[in-house]
Amino acid sequence: MTDRLSRTTGRRGSRRVGALLVLAVVLFAWLAPWLAPGDPYGQSLLKALGAPDAAAPFGYDHLGRSMIQRLAAALQLSLLIAGVAVVAAACLGVALGVLAAARGGWVDRALVLVSDSLLALPGLLLVLILSALIPPRPLAFGAGLTLVLWIEFFRLTRATCRSLLASPGVQASRLLGFGRLYLFRRHLWPEIAQLLLTTAAFGAATGVMTIAALGFVSVGMQAPTPELGLMMVELMPYWREAPLTLLQPVIAIFLTLLGLNLMAGGRQA
Amino acid sequence: MAATGYRLLQALLLALFIGVTTFAMMRSLPGDMAWRIAAHRYGYDLVDADAVRLVQEELALGGPLLPALVQWLTDMVRLDFGTSLVSGESVIGEITHQLGASLQLAAVALALSLLLGPPLGILAGLKPGGWLDRGLLVLASGLRAMPQFLLGLLLILLVSVRLGWLPAAGHGSAGHFVLPALTLALGLAALSARIARDAMAAVAASPFYGFARQKGLSDAQVLWRHGLRNVSVPLVTCLGLQFVTLVEGVVVVESVFGWPGIGHGLVHAIFGRDVPMVQGTALVMGLTFVLLNALNDALQRRLDPRGTGR
Repeated sequence: MTDRLSRTTGRRGSRRVGALLVLAVVLFAWLAPWLAPGDPYGQSLLKALGAPDAAAPFGYDHLGRSMIQRLAAALQLSLLIAGVAVVAAACLGVALGVLAAARGGWVDRALVLVSDSLLALPGLLLVLILSALIPPRPLAFGAGLTLVLWIEFFRLTRATCRSLLASPGVQASRLLGFGRLYLFRRHLWPEIAQLLLTTAAFGAATGVMTIAALGFVSVGMQAPTPELGLMMVELMPYWREAPLTLLQPVIAIFLTLLGLNLMAGGRQA
Repeated sequence: MAATGYRLLQALLLALFIGVTTFAMMRSLPGDMAWRIAAHRYGYDLVDADAVRLVQEELALGGPLLPALVQWLTDMVRLDFGTSLVSGESVIGEITHQLGASLQLAAVALALSLLLGPPLGILAGLKPGGWLDRGLLVLASGLRAMPQFLLGLLLILLVSVRLGWLPAAGHGSAGHFVLPALTLALGLAALSARIARDAMAAVAASPFYGFARQKGLSDAQVLWRHGLRNVSVPLVTCLGLQFVTLVEGVVVVESVFGWPGIGHGLVHAIFGRDVPMVQGTALVMGLTFVLLNALNDALQRRLDPRGTGR
């Protein structure tokens, strides 16, 4: 008993640490450009790989661009794309999941088949294919990630709603003549909402990781855009001269992912 | 077998999806596609209008949409992926060549992860809350926050650049296997160790396990007779989930280490807008994944014949 108690409080504690980490990263991304004004694209080759100074507290990259500006811009980009994709995927997944559970029959079977087939496609591949179809990269990544992430929301929502809709509580509400909207708000939503945070945090982690991985293998964002994976590739040749500069995007992505994973808590696989 | 039929249907839908998207990709390539392809083939300085016209005729670009789509899909069903737009070689030949290299890497990585993850997890699960358990938890959380490309990068910098023990990239000797396989395996092992730990802790706390000890079996006997099979069921389920990580990891890790496999090929094909190669690699990767999952289903039924079903 005490063991279980300490485990749940431990889990809640690590969730709180994760949320704080994510909050810190978000604050950095949106406040840093405001605290140390500058331009993430502005070059000054004289300062290439320069040490930190008052104008650029994190030093300069190989083209003399302020690292703090670039880090903040890169984090903003990744978090925005991942955030938008997660919200879109959650809306789509929950809506279709409720639909599949409520209608049953061929609607249910068709949706499950579609989601299972998409699941057979590695997410990275799906995003890559879409990025070749849709020219603007942020849009392509957002759409691709949505297409990857909705499946998890859909499966969870469908599984939860199926058992809920068969429960005596819902049957009683139905017999009393309450409408669909009431059923959703009163019976389904409270249960779904509990699952959403965990799934969303994992989804955001997947998104951030995918964007960085694609940037790293140079099929992601294009050159001048500040992006974490791309920044690592660009700074790699200078790792002997400026190891701390290379370390910055590495730490940024590690903290973001650690925060999101902790926030999601121990998911049962 | 209903399950096999379902997997077949899944494979079919997957193929249709890939076929339609790659067709759309072929149609929507930015700029004059024939010019781009001709330039990739002959070099940017040597392209002239004749070469472009030849490419146009060869690939039957343009023309009405629907017949072209039907033609594209029938070609795909006949496993006729055509020739690579860049190298001019047949796609199927290139892919079978690449797939071999990828499967080797994936198999070594999977074996390595199974050697690392489950034994450590089982040891940790036998003593929940012990130092091994807690250490493993921290390590696994750290590894999960580490994207594969980052892990690969760190290994390259540490093992091959700093220490000079192993080659950083390439393919051929056994030494080339170590770093890419280890990069993939560490990520996989982090998950399988957690699953094995939770399963082992649950089994060790169960009444039948306590009874087996009570009747005088030694620790090793109890583990062997009553522990391992029960732990293996969630592990095999987790293995099915890990195929996703493995296939995705192959794309990233191969690119980082310059491994001439299918993931590396895919990234290059996307980069060079080589649509037939994209189609072929995507299809092969997707179908391999479905096949692996079908095998995994069968193995699971074998291990746990109680027929809970999903």
